[in-house]
Order: sequence, then C-alpha cells, then structure tokens
Amino acid sequence: MRHHLILRVVTKLLVGAIILFALYVQFHGDFSPGGGFQAGVIMAVAFIIYGVVFSLRQAQRVFPPWLVHKLLALGVLIYAFTGLVSMALGYEYLNYGAFTPHHPEHGQHWGILIVELGVGVTVTGVMVAIYYAFAARPPTISDKDW
Amino acid sequence: MAAGRATNAAEPGAAQDAGHAVEHVALTLADQLPMLLILVPLVAAPLIVLLGSRRLAWPLAYGAATASFVMAVFLLMRVIGGEVISYHIGGWAPPLGIEYRVDSANAFVLFLVTGIATVVLPYARTSVAAEVDGQHGTLFYAMFLLCFTGLLGVVITGDAFNVFVFLEISSLSTYVLIAAGAVRDRRALTAAYDYLIMGTIGATFFVIGLGLLYMATGTLNMADIAERIADQTGNRTVRAAFAFIVVGVGLKAAIYPLHLWLPNAYTYAPSAVTAFLAATATKVAIYVLMRFMFSVFQPLYLVEVKTLEFIIIPLALLAMFAASVIAIFQTDLKRLLAYSSLAQIGYMLLGIGFLSETGLTAAIAHLFNHGITKAALFMGVGALVLRFGNSYCDGVAGAGRTMPWTSAAMVIGGLSLIGVPGTAGFISKWVLVQGALEAGWWPVAMLIVLSSLLAVVYVWRMIETLYLQPAPERAAAGEAPLSMLVPMWLMALACIWFGLNTELTLGASLSAAKGFMAGSPGLILAGH
Repeated sequence: MRHHLILRVVTKLLVGAIILFALYVQFHGDFSPGGGFQAGVIMAVAFIIYGVVFSLRQAQRVFPPWLVHKLLALGVLIYAFTGLVSMALGYEYLNYGAFTPHHPEHGQHWGILIVELGVGVTVTGVMVAIYYAFAARPPTISDKDW
Repeated sequence: MAAGRATNAAEPGAAQDAGHAVEHVALTLADQLPMLLILVPLVAAPLIVLLGSRRLAWPLAYGAATASFVMAVFLLMRVIGGEVISYHIGGWAPPLGIEYRVDSANAFVLFLVTGIATVVLPYARTSVAAEVDGQHGTLFYAMFLLCFTGLLGVVITGDAFNVFVFLEISSLSTYVLIAAGAVRDRRALTAAYDYLIMGTIGATFFVIGLGLLYMATGTLNMADIAERIADQTGNRTVRAAFAFIVVGVGLKAAIYPLHLWLPNAYTYAPSAVTAFLAATATKVAIYVLMRFMFSVFQPLYLVEVKTLEFIIIPLALLAMFAASVIAIFQTDLKRLLAYSSLAQIGYMLLGIGFLSETGLTAAIAHLFNHGITKAALFMGVGALVLRFGNSYCDGVAGAGRTMPWTSAAMVIGGLSLIGVPGTAGFISKWVLVQGALEAGWWPVAMLIVLSSLLAVVYVWRMIETLYLQPAPERAAAGEAPLSMLVPMWLMALACIWFGLNTELTLGASLSAAKGFMAGSPGLILAGH
C-alpha cells in the first residue's frame, strides 16, 4: 500500500477519530443506542484499518498479539468481578444496586458502565484477534499441514 | 469467603436509609451457591489465559473443578428431598430476569458433571502433556473449563434462551478440545469440523424452536412458557417448536440417526477430553431433552403428540441394536466404546419413552451410571494410548500383561457396561426392565436383555484383545503413571460402589423422576 498516498493519509487522520467515536459509543451506551459490543467493534476497526493499510507487521507493533489475548480474558474478568463484588456485598450476582444500597439507581448506572467496559475490552480483543488470525495465515498450505 | 462480609455490609446501609430502599436481607454463601457453581470455573478460565503461566494453568483448573464439585454436593443434599432453589440473577425476578433453578434432577446431573471433571483433570495432566501440543497446554485448560462451565450452565438454568447460550459456550469449546487431538492424529481436525457443522445445525434447530415458543408465549422462562402453552396444545407453532427442539437437542445427544459426528469426535479427541465428554456432554443433552419434554411441554402434551411412542422408542431400540452391532466390528478400542455409547443413549431414551416414573428413574440413573462407566473405560483406553501411542486392537494387544492395573479397571468398566450384577450398569438396566414390565411391554424387556448380550460380545472382544492375544514383539511398555491410575480406579470402584449401594443414585433419580412427571412446578417469584 506504499503507493496509495491518499489512503495512507486519510487512514492516519481517521484512526484517531474512529477511536474517539468508539469511546463515545462506549460511554454513552447507557443513555443512547450503543454500548460495549458496538464500541468494541468500532475500536477494533481502528486497528484493523491500520493493519490493512500499513501492513499487519505495523499493526502488531502497535497492538501486539500477546496483548490482544490478555485483553480478551481481561474483559471477561472485569464483567465477572463486577458481579462478584455485588455478591460479596450480599446481593445477587450482577445486582448493581449493591454498590449504592441507599440509592440503587446510582449503583445500576455505575454497574452497567463497568460491565459494558468489560464487554468493550473483550469485543475489541476478539475482533482484532480474528483479524490477526486470518491476516497472519500463510498464503498456501504446505503438504505437511494436511 | 463472601458470607462473613455480606451479612455485615448490607445492614448499615439499609438501616440508614430505610425510607428510601426496601430493607435488604443479605444473601449468605449458601444462597449464592447456584451462581458460584457456574462462576468459579467461568472466572478461572479467563484467569488462566490472563496469567498465561503453564505452571498455574492446571492447579487453577483443578481448584475450580473441585470447588464446583463441593458446591454441587451441597446443592444436591439440599434439593434431594424435593425442594427447589431459585436464584434470580441481578435481583430481577423471573419471568423477566434470568433464573437459575436447582431441583433434584439437575442437581444430580451437576453432581455427575462436576464429579467427572474433578476426576478427569488429575488424569488429564499426564495424558494431555503427551497428546496435546506443549505450547497450547495453558489454553487447553482454559477451554476445558469453558466447556465445563457451559455444561453446568445448561443444566442449572431455568431460562430457555440461557440454555442456548450455555450450549454454545460448551459446544464451541468442545470443537476446539476435539481439534486439539490433531497432534496425535490429523483426522481430529475433520472430526471437529464434522461436529462443528452437525452441532451448529443442532443448535440452530434448537434456537428456532425457542423462537417459535417465544412467538407463542412471549416469554423465555421455562416455568412461564410451561404455564402459557398448557392451553395451546393444538397450536401448530407450539408443535413445530416441540419438533425443532427435539431434533436440535437430539443432534447434541446423538440420538441414533443423528449420531454421525460422535464416533469420530470421540475417537480422535485427546483421551482426557474423550473421557470427559463421553461422561458428560451427551448426558447433559439428554437432560435438556427431558427438561424440555417434561417441565416445559409437560407429560400430558407428550401423551397427546405421541412423539415418544412413534419416534423416540423405535429410535432407541434401533440404537441399542444397530450401534451395538457396529461396535462389535470396530478395530479401534476408542471407536468401539464410542459406538457403545450410542447404544447406551438408546437405553436412556427408552426409559424416557416409557413415560412413567420408573422409566424416568431408569433413564436418569443410567445417565449417571453410564457416565462413570464410560469415564473409567475411556480413561483406561487413554492410558493405553499413552503407552502404545494408539488404541487399535492390534496395537494394544496383550496389554493385560504389561499394564495389569489399567486392564483390570477396563474389565470392571466393561462388566458395568454389560450390566453384570454388582456393578452400576446392572442397577439402571434392572430398573429399566422393571419399567418395561410395568408398562406391560414384555417384548421390550426381552430386547433390553438381548441387546445386553451384544454388549457382552464387544466387551469380550476388548478383554480378548487385552488378555488373550499375544503381545507383538517389541519393547514392553510399562504400567501407566499413578496420576492416571488413581482417577481410573476411582471411577472403576465407583462402578462397583454404585452397583452395591444404590441409595444415592436411585434416591436422586426417583426424586428427579417424580419432579419431571409432576410437570412444571410453576414460577417461583420469591427467593434468591
């Protein structure tokens, strides 16, 4: 893609905006359409378009595969531990009212935000991991692999 | 861990602002058990990936499985008398919220699944190190725990859509686990792919069935669906839903003509995975089938649609004979046992088909007894694979001389598979024959005995291979390591124990069967 000057410049400009939009969708998810899934996908798109235009190697320097795999697991843990905290406070799993018992709505607001963050992290990780897995595949399969 | 803090933490808040919020009674650890049972392995799986340590992976997995097992025992003790526990996730009452519901039927299956996982994991350590790529060792245990979580979730949940979600969690991880056998034999990849296609078709049928039920009732909670379809028995949407669900779950349970994925999957998966899946995965699917047939659609509906008489029973009988005959002609011990599993699933379906308390008791007891029997047998074959590198009859001939303990455990498992008195297999077949006689179907009772004779033939083939054939001339392989022998013998001894002491198995099965025959217990709005 070295000779596609326009693509490269536009991508550089867009990556930042895409990430910003992902964060917007992420943190606005409890008021408007959006949330962890959508934000995660948009966030992943920023890395994927960077990888497509500037080569996989460049993308993996920014976002190394080992980090992607850790993030996959981290997101699930954020989700699960939110629920564990509410359990430790004597409420049901994922009963966000537990965080502010005197005003459950506040707790629910915070709870959904944290849980969605976990979802966002995992979805970003999964999307990028799938892209890496496909893009890093050797172009032909050797006889030994069959 | 949480209980001590829990009781203290909630009270000050409630006291301060009693005017604002309804006073909250803190849940104790005992109340949280249904959730923790699922949560411990679910959290341990990503933790293994996050830590990424090869040394920590196995202890974490084993700790999680053991913790789940202990919790399953507590739950079983609580509900065996007929009590039903309902846990409302997020504090949202059903039918809107997701409900986990534990009664004696699923507590018994939870006990089986967690027990098998706790026994198979110590065995897996050596077996997996030999059969699975070293660098994937850590991820293997994460996958194993996810599969385990999925199976537990399918069993414990009282929400129909939640069943699908957990079914997918367990299925997707199962495909990966089976494909992990590719290091030993490349055919594991095609086996996993076959299962992926068949399993996905099954899951799709299941979810279409759920969609139709949702269309007819507007709810996803099982007890609520049951209530709402009770007066819609003539509704075609509901009938179509029933058909889709039976076929979808039937694919997962490997009901005879829908079984094509099973033999290859069991043959080429790593031995520890085969032992785990054979003892749990199809059993869980059978449980789901029973849950939907009896608790959602209810026994009266089954009488009306006649699915059991015209579809389930003929297929069950077909499985008992056809699969047993195929098993006799196999040249690979793993494959032989896989076909025998198909035949044994026939017995469970037959028990369901009787539509009586005795029949269901037999089905549920056989589900458990066959689980431990197959775990013992597949672990035995796994030990042979470790020492001989394959499980072909020619390859492992004469193993009885070099591996006396492994072979003896397999003989005990084999006897239990036939249903020799004094073993677990006998108990459930006995009750099954009783169920047949009770219904006045003595030809069916004869067929049960006849098909057991076929089991004698293939088990004898196994024994002949191990003991009577001369070992081929090459360096004698030694006995399997103790870490594999102990779990194997635990299961073999369990086969004898549950053959002599039937208090737990028959007690729990009878209690579960009574629960099923009574139909849906209705919504539980109060509770945790």
